[in-house]
Amino acid sequence: MAAISREEVAHLARLSRLAVTEEELDRFAGQLDVILQSVARVGEVAAEDIPPTSHSVPLTNVYREDVPTPSLAQEAALSGAPDAYEGRFRVPRILDEEE
Amino acid sequence: MSDLTRKTAVELRELLDAKEVSAVEVATAHLDQIAAVDDRVHAFLHVDREGALDAARRVDAGEITGPLAGVPIAVKDVVTTKGIPTTAASKILEGWKPPYDATIVERLKAAGMPILGKTNMDEFAMGSSTEYSAYGPTNNPWDLGRIPGGSGGGSAAALAAYEAPLAIGTDTGGSIRQPGAVTGTVGAKPTYGGTSRYGLIAFSSSLDTPGPCARTVEDTALLHAVIAGHDPRDSTSIAQPVPDVVAAARLGLQGDLTGVRLGIVKEFTGEGAEPGVLAAFRESLEALVKLGAEVVEVSCPHFEYALPAYYLIAPSECSSNLARFDGVRYGLRVGDDGQRSLEEVMSLTREAGFGPEVKRRIIIGTYALSSGYYDAYYGQAQKVRTLITRDFETAFSKVDVLVSPTTPFVAFPFGSRTSDPYQMYLADLFTIPTNLYGGPAISVPCGLSEGLPVGFQIMAPTMADDRMYRVAGALESAVGTLTPPAL
Repeated sequence: MAAISREEVAHLARLSRLAVTEEELDRFAGQLDVILQSVARVGEVAAEDIPPTSHSVPLTNVYREDVPTPSLAQEAALSGAPDAYEGRFRVPRILDEEE
Repeated sequence: MSDLTRKTAVELRELLDAKEVSAVEVATAHLDQIAAVDDRVHAFLHVDREGALDAARRVDAGEITGPLAGVPIAVKDVVTTKGIPTTAASKILEGWKPPYDATIVERLKAAGMPILGKTNMDEFAMGSSTEYSAYGPTNNPWDLGRIPGGSGGGSAAALAAYEAPLAIGTDTGGSIRQPGAVTGTVGAKPTYGGTSRYGLIAFSSSLDTPGPCARTVEDTALLHAVIAGHDPRDSTSIAQPVPDVVAAARLGLQGDLTGVRLGIVKEFTGEGAEPGVLAAFRESLEALVKLGAEVVEVSCPHFEYALPAYYLIAPSECSSNLARFDGVRYGLRVGDDGQRSLEEVMSLTREAGFGPEVKRRIIIGTYALSSGYYDAYYGQAQKVRTLITRDFETAFSKVDVLVSPTTPFVAFPFGSRTSDPYQMYLADLFTIPTNLYGGPAISVPCGLSEGLPVGFQIMAPTMADDRMYRVAGALESAVGTLTPPAL
């Protein structure tokens, strides 16, 4: 049985904000199925009493002194923006017209 | 003075100290070599001739001194360089000039090291061959029809083509060590947290580790010492002194390993490695035994689950990290016609800007993190990570370092593993366990198989980077370095 269907791949691509083509969907569905069937082997081990590891460095809550330090100038922060307007990032419309 | 490109960093420093050459002459020789051979090798995505020469002039003027002052370096294109294009080999960042330097780049500049340019890689460091670079692959100087490894194939090939004596790589699942192995060069992945990730374009934040690449063990250690150390701008940076890797490498080069215990991982023997790779590995192991080392077989029963765990954890983290490429703050924007919504423009931008491997990993990561699948995939992979860490800890209670071939196979021809992504993933079989554990590992050339380089991997406990350099130095003293055929 396939681990993942073409429809699921299409749904995941939408969630990931990837406007994939039909041709890509055909190709990815098979490839992702092979990959997922291979990696599903992690289910063969690791019982409930094993704690998860998210990170190899045992650090939590690394704080610095709460003092202001210089940051990027506005011009530098906007220097790579595809579109900027009056010192801000300019974006396409977010709301539909009827909203 | 074209033979300056054949010198090691140590030799270049001796010539500079003796005033026999200037830093400008050293930088010029390497820039000329890039101009002469890079149309065939394609190690570089961007060459900064003027910037490199400016830095060299400052060293010649006596403004900066130090153990690597005036020694040029190539930097992987996933590391930000202020005002110098940084693309991570992706179309989504084409032409982007970062407004700041990565911490490791600041340290290179402070050390007086001229930056020659930015090296090619698999897009966002996802791959094992540079075939996933959006700007075309890098060719292996040993055989231009074969892959230079990946993701850091550009950095490794630049070393093997004598375009640079030193290079920076990043290692998430083997991206420093595997290119080192297949190009006959040295590459070290430091302890996770031992080198700063600030300014490294994030792929998998719990695994990404910048590190040094060179043609000799001592050069690698010298570069390691320049870039390593605590950085308050990286919250996972380790606030401890850096082990003295240079002294350890020099000790090793004296060729005495009396009392050092080398662990062979039982589960790695016989699994998937080419016969020629195993033969070169075993011969090198015998050479180390002649230097006094003891070989002990250890069992790491969960290593066989490292590859599946990695290919869940890394895509999961990448699906989150790469959400920042939204066509708003930097990089590409596609389809903004004044009519389409932000979400449509974002989807069209990411579709146009990302290559197929990046898309595959984003989709897998999104799947593994989604409700209903999280426990079975990402959650389970994190438990495997715990078991692999325990395997390492048990092994290091019996031996000083673990050794293995770096990669199961020598450089493969272009196109031979791209149709089946999982076949590409197998290149990382021996390198990935270390990334999940977080300890340091190094690949050192150990001979040829069918005329192509084989790498010998040495893995050490967390923050015992010096230990692996000692064994690496000893190996180099026994088997020597490799010289690629003339281009």
